[in-house]
Amino acid sequence: MSAGHSHPLHRPGDTPVHRLPAQVKIVAAIATALCVVSTPRDQYWAFGLYLVLLSAIWVVARIPPGWLAKRALIEAPFVVLTFVLPFIAGGPEVHVLGVAVSEHGLLTGWNILVKGTLGVLTSLTLAATTSPGELIVGLQRLRVPTMVVTIATLMLRYLEVIAAEARRMRLARISRGHDPRFLWQAGATARGVGTLFIRSYERGERVHLAMVSRGWVGAMPDHSTPARGIAWLSGLALPGLAAVVLGVALWP
Amino acid sequence: MTTSVAMHMSDGLIDTKTSVIFIGVAVVGVAFAAARARNDLDDRTAPMAGLVAAFVFATQMLNFPVLSGVSGHLLGGALASILVGPWVGALCVSIVLVVQALVFSDGGLTALGANITNMALIGTAAGFLVATALKRFAASKPGLIAVAFVAALVNTVVASLGFVLEYAIGGDPQFLGGVTTTIVGVHVLIGIGEGVITALTVGAVAATRPDLVYLLRGTRRPLELREESPA
Repeated sequence: MSAGHSHPLHRPGDTPVHRLPAQVKIVAAIATALCVVSTPRDQYWAFGLYLVLLSAIWVVARIPPGWLAKRALIEAPFVVLTFVLPFIAGGPEVHVLGVAVSEHGLLTGWNILVKGTLGVLTSLTLAATTSPGELIVGLQRLRVPTMVVTIATLMLRYLEVIAAEARRMRLARISRGHDPRFLWQAGATARGVGTLFIRSYERGERVHLAMVSRGWVGAMPDHSTPARGIAWLSGLALPGLAAVVLGVALWP
Repeated sequence: MTTSVAMHMSDGLIDTKTSVIFIGVAVVGVAFAAARARNDLDDRTAPMAGLVAAFVFATQMLNFPVLSGVSGHLLGGALASILVGPWVGALCVSIVLVVQALVFSDGGLTALGANITNMALIGTAAGFLVATALKRFAASKPGLIAVAFVAALVNTVVASLGFVLEYAIGGDPQFLGGVTTTIVGVHVLIGIGEGVITALTVGAVAATRPDLVYLLRGTRRPLELREESPA
């Protein structure tokens, strides 16, 4: 049960970015995302500079751009929204490739597209260079309540178990000819979800008894080490530079 | 090609001020839910909530078909609140959202507060309030299934109204009308799917382990001994 989890986003490595304490990286990623979101949408150059800053991190952390691009598709639903906005908005129109679209809608769509993309690239960088376990320890160092941290730890530890259980049930359904195409055919799936809940809950009861018998008193021991000043300084270099870009962009 | 339509907000949809406000709302809400969850589960809180959160996460991986070619996935707020109660439910869905944002890059980091507010707090609360209000109909199995359906539908639509509220505060006012129609319309469709799956799931759990369904606590009649009637 304590074996490491293979995980779709984490890229194990030993670069300076990987070695930074997780709490530093979490703060840095959130601060960078806040800078990006705060940037006025018509300061186009600023978004280019943010991308350059992130690319510098990718070079240091040895993350190939293709790997990032593939996983950035997670925000695809919002990209669809950004392509709809130019057509549903009113106001002055501009011609793009011979099609009349609302200028205001185009700018708003651009705003969501560029900030959403830079945001997802930032969090992908965080997830690629930090293992899930380290992220949880980082939350703990950031004074997130112990109970929340413990729940998150257990959730991550058992996620693979529960997900594998769900996959096995799905396989069993499919191998018995289940092929749902419409919602009203979802009955077997739903009964599977119900069974999954009962199994998860009963497993929770067993895990609790196992923990109590091993001396569980309500909190996990803290084995992490606090981040030193130098780690904070190097980790906050990215949001620091992003803040400089934001400052220039906001300059009247 | 199947497109998934249920989604977490990305960065850039709402402005910085609104993001920060809703991060504050989320922190207060989750702290409150965590305190009340402890009352429900005492020292079993961590393992039970951990496994329920893993269950919610796993069900979110499960896509169900809404229309041909369009699939949605469960948000799980109403399901969790009917099965484990509103406090544990809200706490579990919040933790799922935090882990999805940090570990799986699903949902923007700055939009995390707004996502938690919508899906974990507003949605779960709405679903549970509806379920509690209709509790007297839940005694029979068809009644329970209908209540779960309505609760999940309301949960999804109200969660999307949370997004509309955030967009009204920190989005672009010119698009409020169009965005509201699109988002609420899409979520009524998702809500029907969420409702069907939630209803059938709750029905399946109630059929085997009714003692696990939080909503049914205190409604079951105690077993009674009857004289065997002469044949």
